[in-house]
Amino acid sequence: MNAIVRFFKSLFLLELFRGMGVTGRYMFGRKFTVQYPEERAPLSPRFRGLHALRRYPNGEERCIACKLCEVICPALAITIESAQRDDGTRRTTRYEIDLAKCIFCGFCEESCPVDSIVETNIYEYHGEKRGDLLMTKEKLLAVGDEYEQQIAADREADARYR
Amino acid sequence: MVNIEINGAPIKARSGSMLIEAADEAGISIPRFCYHKKLSVAANCRMCLVEVDKVAKPLPACATPVTEGMKVWTKSPKAIAAQRNVMEFLLINHPLDCPICDQGGECDLQEMAIGYGRDVSHFHEGKRAVVSPDIGPLVATDMTRCIQCTRCVRFGEEVAGLMELGAPGRGEHMYIGTYVEKALCSEVSGNIIDLCPVGALTSKPYRYTARPWELTSHNSVSPHDCVGANLQVDVRSHKVMRVRPRENEEVNEVWLADRDRFSYLALDHAERLTVPQIKKDGVWQSVDWDTALTAAAERLTQVTIDHSAAQLAALAGYTSTTEEFYLLQKLLRGLGSNNIDHRLRQIDFRGQARLPAFPWLGQALADLDNLDATLLVGANVRKEQPLMALRLRKAVRVGGQVMVINPFDHSFNFPLAAKRVVAPTEMVRELVAVAQALLDLTGEQPPEGFAALGGDVSVTEEHRTIARHLNEAAQGAVLVGNLTAYHAQQSELQMLAALVARLAGARFGILPEGGNSAGAWLAGAVPHRLAGGRETDVAGLDWRAMVVAGLKGYLLLGVEPELDSIEGNALRTALLGADTVVALTAYATDAMREYADVMLPIALFPETSGTLVNVEGRWQSFAGCVAAPGEARPGWKVLRVLGNLCNVEGFEFVSSEQVRDELQDACSEIIPNSRLPWQTPTATAAPVGLVRVTDFPIYRVDAMVRRSAALQQTADAEVCAIGINAATAAQLGVQNAASVRVRQGDAESVLPLTLDERVPTGCVYVPAGTAAPLGAADATLEVTTA
Repeated sequence: MNAIVRFFKSLFLLELFRGMGVTGRYMFGRKFTVQYPEERAPLSPRFRGLHALRRYPNGEERCIACKLCEVICPALAITIESAQRDDGTRRTTRYEIDLAKCIFCGFCEESCPVDSIVETNIYEYHGEKRGDLLMTKEKLLAVGDEYEQQIAADREADARYR
Repeated sequence: MVNIEINGAPIKARSGSMLIEAADEAGISIPRFCYHKKLSVAANCRMCLVEVDKVAKPLPACATPVTEGMKVWTKSPKAIAAQRNVMEFLLINHPLDCPICDQGGECDLQEMAIGYGRDVSHFHEGKRAVVSPDIGPLVATDMTRCIQCTRCVRFGEEVAGLMELGAPGRGEHMYIGTYVEKALCSEVSGNIIDLCPVGALTSKPYRYTARPWELTSHNSVSPHDCVGANLQVDVRSHKVMRVRPRENEEVNEVWLADRDRFSYLALDHAERLTVPQIKKDGVWQSVDWDTALTAAAERLTQVTIDHSAAQLAALAGYTSTTEEFYLLQKLLRGLGSNNIDHRLRQIDFRGQARLPAFPWLGQALADLDNLDATLLVGANVRKEQPLMALRLRKAVRVGGQVMVINPFDHSFNFPLAAKRVVAPTEMVRELVAVAQALLDLTGEQPPEGFAALGGDVSVTEEHRTIARHLNEAAQGAVLVGNLTAYHAQQSELQMLAALVARLAGARFGILPEGGNSAGAWLAGAVPHRLAGGRETDVAGLDWRAMVVAGLKGYLLLGVEPELDSIEGNALRTALLGADTVVALTAYATDAMREYADVMLPIALFPETSGTLVNVEGRWQSFAGCVAAPGEARPGWKVLRVLGNLCNVEGFEFVSSEQVRDELQDACSEIIPNSRLPWQTPTATAAPVGLVRVTDFPIYRVDAMVRRSAALQQTADAEVCAIGINAATAAQLGVQNAASVRVRQGDAESVLPLTLDERVPTGCVYVPAGTAAPLGAADATLEVTTA
């Protein structure tokens, strides 16, 4: 019995027409292709993109060199060296993230007790030569300074779920 | 032994011991903060509360003695509830600053809070804050973090013997402080860093530089004094970050002297030599190892060709490893010379032939804990062997008597039963008086020539006290310290001290000046003995004889003669007058650049493998912890290649262990002893005039210690130029002078003066290890107004 049904299904190309039906439905339905880079898809405030180091509103860097991000990093992408600054506070003298190693898991951000290292929603960046993807402390702070408003807004939006 | 039951398991415990000790021995962990096995029980943190059968309330395990048939539960609901409640109280005032706290990651409170802490505190009021005092360059304070366990206070009171920290105030107002703002001046203050269970007391030089989880620990041994304290060297990315004690009950227990703990700071000192250098036409040039080694070997052999092998000499520092000493003497003796010496702080070599194979303590270090009576002759143990002083203090705390005969009123961290502070020239007569008192007690006949040493000496009540204490002691010891080494009559002092020990039935021990003196003697780094203590056919020259003889070639190993020697000035002049000086050194100093021709960079103790032999004859081998900087290489490797290039046989070693094994074979028949047979003394003329009293200040003893920035900021590092007591100063008419002109033989210099009542009358205290250009250590001085 099954053999007879299969014979007639293939004879009348039923499967093909069903497939073409799906194609046809999408062809005439509403389009959701985004014309990148002219158009952008919406991003979650939890998006994990390029890293940044934040500052307090008074301009003081947040990072206190606790090294929790360094130790939690599963890809060993973070390198920190610390020392006592002249004012007696604990500060990093070197803070580097190797983006070529980073797997964007977000653990660094989660481990940070002072919300200093964050992952922004920036996903468009590139390096043209060796070393460009090594984010130094200066570069990370510069990203933080430039996108502070966006970063703060994202944390605010997500705050009630934390 | 009593039978108790902990958590249902039957356990045998020592009667009289506390519950926590029994539990520790059985491997059952009970949380604690204030309890420490080396300190008295305070029972003030209450963290160790446990449930005991037939007792209504939980009891602190650290203060509850075990009794027969006791049943204890450490993890019952009642015990856990008690521990959790205590933890909540402890956390009321403890700040939540773990991310910036250096203790984070190795903090007892942090770990215990994971086990016993609640997520949320019931306490909503403000937390207490305490001002952190500045207590010196070694220990950083954050007193808000303190949980008042009082371990540091008890350490000062009980172990260090200096009550510097205390806990004024009560209840919430209690805080740990120094009473008046001051820096800690104990030479073992660094131990409170290890003792503090939280981050209230942390290491200042290490502050904020690393996290415990980044560190790899390596075992090592300290070369700074003859105790040979066991170290744990913590390394992060090829750099030594800190040094901590490694527990060894027989050597350093759980303690470390500050010198051992903070000397690592000198590893990356600016003067560190990192490439081999050769002086060509008066200009220093950096060269590769091949060139440097060939040049060194050529110049050394050239001395033997131009002059004779007897014109060649080797000087070694006190902190070199035993392997380095062995290879150095093997190289020099291979070249045909016996002129090798490491005893650069000793000035009397008349008795060297009679000495045992190596300077031995006469007992194990741990035996010092139980001494009933100890006579220290010319010893400043507190600053010279700080960990030995802690052991003697232990003995005093259980009723032991310590007596001292010193040429300077050094302070001790334990009370003395008798103290004689006399001019160095009187030291021999003091010992004669004690020996005479003992002869009177025992009725023995004096040995031959005894009367010549001071037959007219008057025996006072104090001498009799010393004699009686020593004679009555079940376990007594006579220890001769470093100050006798700087004494012109060292051999008489040692012989008399040995006589006193024999008469009193006490042990006789020698405390050598250097960290590895015992190793140097065993390896044959002395002119009259080969490796293994065998006599040489012809004894070489000791270093003072070398200076007089004006030798042509010198090979230096890990030594800065101008500072390491008691007569640095004379030795420097001798080196300047030599044709060839090859220096194996870790640091290049200006003085060295003047007299040396070749400088070969060698590794310091955390960078090389090797063996140190301590004062009790314990061979302690260790591996390197980090690589030496730049081109610097371990000393034994450099000596090994130098041996090959000089065509000396028996230099085919591939590891330092092979060197050690060869030496150990040579030493296999040595049984440590401190026998010093009596020899009829030769009369020496007493000097006329002002006598020089000298010592090596604690932080001037070797190249590393001198360059440790933190140690050099301590109070102990402040070295006075010269000290005279007020009476002598008045006699000389210099009591109001800020500085005086000191003349010694041909040498003369103007030095700042301190009025110091610790100096005996008729003496002038001039510390060694400084660059003051003066004459011989035993020569008399003239002091006039500048």
